[in-house]
Amino acid sequence: MPSDYAIIGGGVVGLSVAWGLLNRGFTVTVLDGGDGSYRASRGNFGLVWVQSKGMNQPRYARWSQRSAAAWADFAAELRDATGRHVGLQQTGGYDLHFAEDTLERKVADYEALKAKLDGDYPYEVLGPNALKREEPHIGPKVVGAILHHQDGHANPLRLLAALADAVRGRGGSVLTGKAVTGVAANGGFRVECADGTTVGAGKVVLSAGLGAIALGPRLGFKAPIRPQRGQVLITEKLPRLINRPSLVARQVDEGGVQIGATNEEVGFDDRTTQPGLSRLAAQAVNAYPALAKAQLVRSWGALRVLSPDGLPIYQESPSLPGAYLVTCHSGVTLAAAHARFLPDWLEGTPAAPDLEVFSEDRFAVS
Amino acid sequence: MNQHDVIVVGAGPAGMAAAATAAGAGLRVALLDEQPRAGGQIYRDVDRVADRRGAILGADFTEGRRLTAGIRRDGIDHVDGAVVWAIEDGFRVSFTRDGCAAQATAPKLILATGALERPMPVPGWTLPGVMMAGAGQILLKQSGMLARRAVIVGSGPLLYLIAAQMVRAGTPPLALVETQTRGDLVRAGRHLAGALRGAGYLAKGLKMLGEIVRARVPRHAGATDIAIVGDDRAKAVTFRSGGRSRSIDCDTVFLHHGVVPNTQAARSIGVAHRWDADQHCFVPIVDAWGATDVDGVFIAGDSAGIGGAEVAEIAGRIAALKAAADLGRLAQADRDRQAAPLRRQRDRQSAVRPFLDAAYPPYAAALSPADTTCICRCEEVTAGDIRTAAGLGCIGPNQAKAFGRAGMGPCQGRYCGLTVTAILAEANGRTPDETGYFRIRPPLKPVTLGELAAMDDGDRDAAE
Amino acid sequence: MKTASPFLELDTAAPQGTVWFDGAPLDLPLGANLAAALLAAGVAVFRHTPATGAPRGPFCMMGACFDCLVEIDGVARQACMLEVADGLRITRPRGGGGQR
Repeated sequence: MPSDYAIIGGGVVGLSVAWGLLNRGFTVTVLDGGDGSYRASRGNFGLVWVQSKGMNQPRYARWSQRSAAAWADFAAELRDATGRHVGLQQTGGYDLHFAEDTLERKVADYEALKAKLDGDYPYEVLGPNALKREEPHIGPKVVGAILHHQDGHANPLRLLAALADAVRGRGGSVLTGKAVTGVAANGGFRVECADGTTVGAGKVVLSAGLGAIALGPRLGFKAPIRPQRGQVLITEKLPRLINRPSLVARQVDEGGVQIGATNEEVGFDDRTTQPGLSRLAAQAVNAYPALAKAQLVRSWGALRVLSPDGLPIYQESPSLPGAYLVTCHSGVTLAAAHARFLPDWLEGTPAAPDLEVFSEDRFAVS
Repeated sequence: MNQHDVIVVGAGPAGMAAAATAAGAGLRVALLDEQPRAGGQIYRDVDRVADRRGAILGADFTEGRRLTAGIRRDGIDHVDGAVVWAIEDGFRVSFTRDGCAAQATAPKLILATGALERPMPVPGWTLPGVMMAGAGQILLKQSGMLARRAVIVGSGPLLYLIAAQMVRAGTPPLALVETQTRGDLVRAGRHLAGALRGAGYLAKGLKMLGEIVRARVPRHAGATDIAIVGDDRAKAVTFRSGGRSRSIDCDTVFLHHGVVPNTQAARSIGVAHRWDADQHCFVPIVDAWGATDVDGVFIAGDSAGIGGAEVAEIAGRIAALKAAADLGRLAQADRDRQAAPLRRQRDRQSAVRPFLDAAYPPYAAALSPADTTCICRCEEVTAGDIRTAAGLGCIGPNQAKAFGRAGMGPCQGRYCGLTVTAILAEANGRTPDETGYFRIRPPLKPVTLGELAAMDDGDRDAAE
Repeated sequence: MKTASPFLELDTAAPQGTVWFDGAPLDLPLGANLAAALLAAGVAVFRHTPATGAPRGPFCMMGACFDCLVEIDGVARQACMLEVADGLRITRPRGGGGQR
């Protein structure tokens, strides 16, 4: 029996959308990939992050803020549905600086953005002493930090598992190990898989991360996205060392300190490199000298799903109305928005968020 | 370190033989080994220990001195205490020694990383006092230590070896709790003719059994429902055998039900593996020379599939001959002439394996443990957690790892990987090959951030 | 201060050095495998796990399992991969648990 929605991609983005739709009473079938697929959902840094998002597009800053504000309820709803905690902590986050001039430039940029956001951009600048009071293990090379109060972090793997559990628990059908080869319109849609499986649905959401590079054009999307590698490190479990997260390091709920991340344009190569690991380790030790004695237990390379301007893409297919592309780099930050607000956009209700700036119209045909 | 022609990882029989053969062909060899002294686990610390305990350990052990002597020669940089944590293209091998990170590079790589004992997750197996039988062997070989009140549990020839050595040293084990059945032995019978080509091996086995029987060590066969009980350390082994529940008080439990290839290094560089149904484990796919599908990478010894020390030594020599020929340092005709007798010898030495694999299969309840049994010792994940993950759509170990942390700890899945694959395969109705294995990434062994940071050359392009 | 050991030692002639385990002095054979020497000295529990606090001791003795982790100079290390040196200060790992 056809579902109301077929969702291509069972990562955090696809499952968040599926969860939101199920909560509105729609029937949903999720098609998920294999164990070895590129999965940003398994490799991301886990920040629920506002600062520095949308420096050139305040609508993106707003969208991130709206999601961050909805995150606590979203996490509570997953907990109630599954008994699973996703480790959400939203007590602010840092942008650490090792030089005065970078800090000053960043503050100037934030002031400009703050003005465009009608002043809703709650951050403060911490000098070395103030920072030391907040983070006793911070090192002397850190000259200051921007503390943004809307920032936080969660455990992205617990989030993925909770969503997988919640979607199934609410009656969603999830097919794993599927490689979607195409989508045919037949009044509704028929999603076709390499193994012969077909799934009928009234609407289709393409949220397959980098899988949309190949599939997108077949559904009428430009899908101008690319992989960007981020190497990430995590230490053995340590006693409390870091209170608030930053882009340099955060201490996860199990105790390990996670350190990130490189930004490398290397195509579909998700390996780690010794120079990459060493660079990140050096930066982390500069920020928190006590980390020098910590053992690295795991590292990985994950591929970001990036559009040319780094912003999400929300687009209905011009050639296949009822098919939607939903893709973004910040699937964790935006998970709450995707679950709570995107269903209105997919259904075109009066409450639909205005996502016009995130359409593919912004990518000129070259 | 300087550029070498070949890097050999592991100084057990395969690695030592490979290094000696490669150096003999004029290659510059870096032999990286994490132990302070050469020998691997089978010949652990043999140079220091052979004279002291040769009588207990037997000629099969003291034989290792021939191999350690072979690597003390020009052309071999034996780097002891070198813990390899990353292997990258090139090949660039990063390792830690004395708290400092270093690297070696070479166009050829021979992995001789040996075997691990097959994980044997039974209730209580994480308690202090419970060890793998190989650990008991190592304590005896290297440190001259014998457990006073030990029970040996599981199946396989190593069980008899350690029991016989304990008998010789005057501290026989309290009991052997054996999981194989008479049926296994009967089924193994069809391999007996082949095994007789390696009759020396069988004769040694019978001799060990004789020693154990003469010492009146109780043997319980076909044991099931095995558990170790105790609060903060092992106090007793409980099991069923002969239709009865039994309990044996003890201080030490040695577990063993076979050894499996240590594939961590090979997997970390993308070498293809396949499931070996006879040995119940994954093995790397290698050709007759030990070459893998990754150009320039060879695997020799037990890390390419369990064959034992003699087979490992031969495989090391064969791989080194191929590496030398590929580098243009040995004529192809010479390579083939030298390899031919080694191949015949290897076939003879391997003949006993099918019989042993069939006669001493793994303990079934440890391949598919009860839900409450801990299977990932590092992160304390149970078999039931893995089955729950399967129910949430985890068709392979990497998604299951993300969902439940199995394999995320410092051992990198060495002692849970095969169990996770087996449980998922069973739960999903898929084969082990379809299910797959953990993606192994650096660090192969933990390395401190301080060591990593010290290697940073300040190149800002690498990050941000 | 040797406590009752579950192990019989065949070599007893080796020169001894003093190491400190969680502040208590132990006389151990110099150059011996550290995990083995601690076991012989009657130490059964090397650490407690960061996840549940369960006791652990040496399991594989070959550097594969990480159950024998101890802390030396602030660094968590496998006791089975170290040798006894005079004056070594060993503590049970600080065993994280991190945020909670």
